[in-house]
Amino acid sequence: MITFLSTIGHSVIATLTKTGRGALFLKQTLSYTFSVLCQPRLISKQLFSVGVLTILIITISGLFVGMVLGLQGYYILSDFGAEETLGVMIAASLVRELGPVVSALLFAGRAGSSLTAEIGLMKATEQLSGMEMMAVDPIQRIVCPRFLAGCLSMPLLAAIFSMVGILGGQLVGVSLLGVDEGAFWSQMQSSIDFYDDILNGVIKSVVFGFVVTWISLFEGYDAIPTSEGVSRATTRTVVYSSFAILGMDFILTALMFGDI
Amino acid sequence: MQNPKSLETLVGLFVVIGIGALFFLGLNVSNLASYSDTDGYTITARFENSGGLKVRSPVSVAGVRIGRVTAIDFDNTSYESVVQMKIGAQYNTLPDDSSASIFTAGLLGEQYIGLQTGASEDYLTHNSELELTQSAIVLEEIIGQFLFSEKEN
Amino acid sequence: MEENNTQNSSLVTIRNLSFAREQRVIFDNASLDIQHGKITAIMGPSGSGKTTLLKLIGGQLSPSQGSIVVDGQHINQLNRSELYALRKKMGMLFQSGALLTDINVFDNVAYPIREHTALPESIIRTLVLMKLQAVGLRGARLLYPNELSGGMARRVALARAIALDPMMVMYDEPFTGQDPISMGVLVKLIKTLNDSVGLTSIIVSHDVEETAAIADYIYIMSSGKIIGQGTPQELQQSKSEWVQQFMNGKPDGPVKFHYSSDNYFDDL
Ligand SMILES: Nc1ncnc2c1ncn2[C@@H]1O[C@H](COP(=O)(O)OP(=O)(O)OP(=O)(O)O)[C@@H](O)[C@H]1O
Ligand SMILES: [Mg+2]
Repeated sequence: MITFLSTIGHSVIATLTKTGRGALFLKQTLSYTFSVLCQPRLISKQLFSVGVLTILIITISGLFVGMVLGLQGYYILSDFGAEETLGVMIAASLVRELGPVVSALLFAGRAGSSLTAEIGLMKATEQLSGMEMMAVDPIQRIVCPRFLAGCLSMPLLAAIFSMVGILGGQLVGVSLLGVDEGAFWSQMQSSIDFYDDILNGVIKSVVFGFVVTWISLFEGYDAIPTSEGVSRATTRTVVYSSFAILGMDFILTALMFGDI
Repeated sequence: MQNPKSLETLVGLFVVIGIGALFFLGLNVSNLASYSDTDGYTITARFENSGGLKVRSPVSVAGVRIGRVTAIDFDNTSYESVVQMKIGAQYNTLPDDSSASIFTAGLLGEQYIGLQTGASEDYLTHNSELELTQSAIVLEEIIGQFLFSEKEN
Repeated sequence: MEENNTQNSSLVTIRNLSFAREQRVIFDNASLDIQHGKITAIMGPSGSGKTTLLKLIGGQLSPSQGSIVVDGQHINQLNRSELYALRKKMGMLFQSGALLTDINVFDNVAYPIREHTALPESIIRTLVLMKLQAVGLRGARLLYPNELSGGMARRVALARAIALDPMMVMYDEPFTGQDPISMGVLVKLIKTLNDSVGLTSIIVSHDVEETAAIADYIYIMSSGKIIGQGTPQELQQSKSEWVQQFMNGKPDGPVKFHYSSDNYFDDL
């Protein structure tokens, strides 16, 4: 019993300590934002590995998600004779929820895990210590550019996901199932609100990008510098990021759309 | 490693596509375009019941959208719903005895304000009030009335 | 008073240093001085804390007790920018090399120069090629770290450590993994650097002979303590069993080959 309690106590303390380290890490990272923004070259290199390399998976997933939405939506809506609102349904679910959430989950799996592995291995091979001894702060040189690239990429990726999804839904709904094209787009345009839907979706994806990149970088930076430690940290990145995305999504949705 | 030039080109492409997607969402998917009618004039109408009307619901004449609802308030003294709407500046020849009704687009669609033009020589201007209004049709009330009249028969 | 005297000629002054990792005590009240412009060697059994000592001097770790003064500054009382300013004057060759794996040999050596100076690229090129020539790897400048052998990686790291012409260089086992020829070249290189530009060098090494040949002063440490010190000649003639065991590489003696542990037979 006593050992059980002490185990719990230890893990609570360990969690708190880790959270504290994470917060300090974030603070340090953010403190370099300005100086890194002045060197766009550093960021553009990271935008490539974080953003460009994620486009393919985002586009393909977005296309299929949109097509499935088109198909399912059509079956459900045609029962009520409301096929014309298919566009609204597809666009609303993509722009508000699926775009930000699914692309953030994919981002965590594709870009987040590789960020963790990269930083973790740099730590394991003493590259980070080496930089420190060369009087170069690895948080400034390595972490901050990746952080900014993650925060910038995420909303762009989510927008691409939603756009491709809507086009995929149109492909299925209009081209294959014969929903009227004019109704598809005009109903969508009159029901989807720029501020309430699009902007809130963008805000969501910015928040997700921030959180996922933070988790990924911190897990790498905090990893035990061995191959096993890095592989565990990579797993944790994906797990924690997914929890964070879904949890934050609930909170943000309640704040933005609900009257709770 | 890629050569830095082509890397930067790809990054540029990524940013352009991403921002393009945002524009697509803004302009093609949402009602952002309808926000652009910033110049126009405001008129009000009082309804006994404005039903499911919402801010930014469309205002149309003869099926053409000419403006949108900007505010819906409750009048404490007359217990009516006061609806403010903004009409595009180019629609400046609406007779001042036009009437406003609240319609539903389709059976389950959203509600909007339809204006029926009158015959007056004078036009609606900024802060005019529409005298003639017809409230929203509330489905429950109609069903209630229908059941009630059946029973009487 | 005495401290003031030593400070004039010593670049690094360590007094009563204690440091522990988790439960394990690595330094226990150790004191040593690194003389200005001299080559000081630190020797000791594997796992005795030599690398840890270099990291303490570089300010990457902080001691639990005692003081470390580098170039007149208490290293663990400095704020970040002062610490980084001081580190610009130190070069460190990591035991593992610690090369940046995503850039090639040339860029690795150029890295500290590009970070800390605004020199034009043509001058950087000259500087880097000079350093690479010194370690015999000018021809390997376009290779990536994963294409280098262990010994080559270490020589690149050495070139990088001296890229900014620092006032002090810490070499963590520079000779490990080198063939006799490059070993000879490196020994000479370290000696030349030291004598010609007045560098202060700290060498951590197990190669008694090579180190003794160039070192001006040697510290031998074991179990968190300095167990012997002196010029190479003094140590060779030392009466101390510990020192004799280490200098002559005898397996038996007061210095334990084994990491502290329970009785072997009990463990089995
Ligand atoms: N990150 C760490 N966490 C915990 N203990 C460590 C860590 N790094 C080193 N140690 C311990 O500190 C002690 C000294 O390590 P150090 O690397 O300084 O040895 P060393 O003298 O450089 O050995 P070698 O000659 O093999 O390089 C070792 O006993 C090791 O177990
Ligand atoms: Mg070592």
